Amino acid sequence: MDKFRMIFQFLQSNQESFMNGICGIMALASAQMYSAFDFNCPCLPRYNLVYGLGILLVPPFILFLLGFVLNNNISMLAEEWRRPQGQRGKDRAVLRYMFCSMAQRAMIAPVVWVSVTLLDGKCITCAFCTSVPVEILGNTSHPSLSQGEMKQVLARIPCKEIYDGQELIANEVAIRYLRCISQALGWCFVLLMTTLAFLVRALRPCFTQAAFLKSRYWSHYIDIERKLFDETCAEHARSFAKVCIQQFFEGMSTDLAAARCHPPRKAPADAGEATEKLLGITDQGTMNMALKSWHRCKPPLHLHPPALPSGNGWAGEGQPPVHPPLPRRETAAYYSRV
Amino acid sequence: MDRFRMIFQYFQSNSESVMNGICGLLALASVKMYTCFDFSCPCLPWYNMAYGLGIMFVPPIALFLCGLILNRQSLVMLEEWRRPQGHRKKDLAVIRYMCSSIMQRAMVAPVIWIVVTLLDGKCLICAFSSSVDPKKFVGFANASLEQVQQLLAKVPCKEDELMRNNTSRKAVSRYLRCWSQALGWSILLLFIAAAFLARWLRPCFNQATLLQARHWSNYIDIEQKIFEETCCEHSRLFAHKCILHFFESMWQEIKLQSFSLPREEEGVEREEDLLRGIRHQDQVNKLLKMWYYEKPPL
Repeated sequence: MDKFRMIFQFLQSNQESFMNGICGIMALASAQMYSAFDFNCPCLPRYNLVYGLGILLVPPFILFLLGFVLNNNISMLAEEWRRPQGQRGKDRAVLRYMFCSMAQRAMIAPVVWVSVTLLDGKCITCAFCTSVPVEILGNTSHPSLSQGEMKQVLARIPCKEIYDGQELIANEVAIRYLRCISQALGWCFVLLMTTLAFLVRALRPCFTQAAFLKSRYWSHYIDIERKLFDETCAEHARSFAKVCIQQFFEGMSTDLAAARCHPPRKAPADAGEATEKLLGITDQGTMNMALKSWHRCKPPLHLHPPALPSGNGWAGEGQPPVHPPLPRRETAAYYSRV
Repeated sequence: MDRFRMIFQYFQSNSESVMNGICGLLALASVKMYTCFDFSCPCLPWYNMAYGLGIMFVPPIALFLCGLILNRQSLVMLEEWRRPQGHRKKDLAVIRYMCSSIMQRAMVAPVIWIVVTLLDGKCLICAFSSSVDPKKFVGFANASLEQVQQLLAKVPCKEDELMRNNTSRKAVSRYLRCWSQALGWSILLLFIAAAFLARWLRPCFNQATLLQARHWSNYIDIEQKIFEETCCEHSRLFAHKCILHFFESMWQEIKLQSFSLPREEEGVEREEDLLRGIRHQDQVNKLLKMWYYEKPPL
């Protein structure tokens, strides 16, 4: 029990750091994904805007959903939300706390993507190159073009190799301008997010500390209860399986002995532990029968009442049955109820 | 008892080192962010100043807020400040001590950003290239005012076609960089001197109050950690009892349904204890269904 307690404490104290670790890894993965991504502006009037804004906004949404998927607690939240009330009331504050803490962690990777994208500048340059103020930045001496033609020319700004509007507006000037705007937006976004995070953390102790402590305790409780229940069920399943298999071997050995019309072999009083573990099966033929039986006809999921610790080794003799006992012959038919 | 003492000492020694570690990491992250950041001055008259000063001052604010957020002690301090008085008096000196230690740690990364920016020089060149006196530089002395503004604004952009081979551009650039680096080193010297004096002169003033404040701020921190630890332990025991009780009640129900007398025996195998009377597939299924549909009350 001590070992389980130490493991539980480790898991509990480390769950926060484990979730923070996953969060950090996703943020790094998001930055790495951006640098590995080969950005290719289409350099066509309407496609630029769609492509640029798509790269800016769609991956963060995917990363946000991924943040929820990778969080183990999402199934716990769903379970607690959907369970029937029964004898235990449901506390909405606990559900809200669990959801908020998951959402906060899932927001980090998308915010990193958007910040890195804006600070790099390629997306905004691609999306808004047709909106550059030509009157301010351009060469005033150039003859005016129609709107459509101007947009065609400006759309090629991100693609330096095919840009042909150098007389209209210098490529470097336009790119510098757009990148400056993009980086300013990026830093403002970073500042906004850190301010929001700071306010969320700082204002909580000022207003709802008692409710927060309560929600945090009960959300940990739900988590631990679920783990302990799984642990207890696993223990139970192990014992169930052990007793089921023991009874199977005992049943095999007594059946075969009865079929050969031998009296049941009694374990001698001074038998060693190894002999006991043989469970009455001591020759190759019997063992092969046992293995074949196990494959063809697994025993039902129905354990017989436990044997009294009496002198003889034959179970089922002289004890009050706990459950209506099935005759041995029927269980020897080995029908599977799984 | 020994185990608790070891845990206490671990928490005590590690709180400070964890905070110092986070501080150091944030400082390194600040330098790394600056080197990764692709500084590109717009080289336009009003935009230069906004961009240059923005890059110099906005990230430090964000880093400062990050430093406050990542520091666990800031939450502890806020909770202590806002808690109702109750049976325990509030000591403002402790809160002030905690506040000042949090602020000092949070200031490290922003100061490093500003110093690195100034020592590198790009920000100041970008921000103030339009503000230099054109008469000091040969190439700009004879142009008209508007032209001079435009030309000076393009000084930070080496690759611009107007500026590519302009020697006066290099002169302006060197001049501004010199100022920038002088400012950077002065600020660094100022901060280090201030830190040195603060540490050195502290024992001369109020040492006893300081020791008390430090002790009680550590105490509040440890108390909160142990409270959380105890809550976890308690919820684990609560859950354990709840589940055992649930299995027991299932066992009782099964016994009642089988109309048999409960057997109290000596020497029943351990496996029987673990099975808790649940020996059929149906019983297991019923138990799992009850667990979902009707969790036991707390």
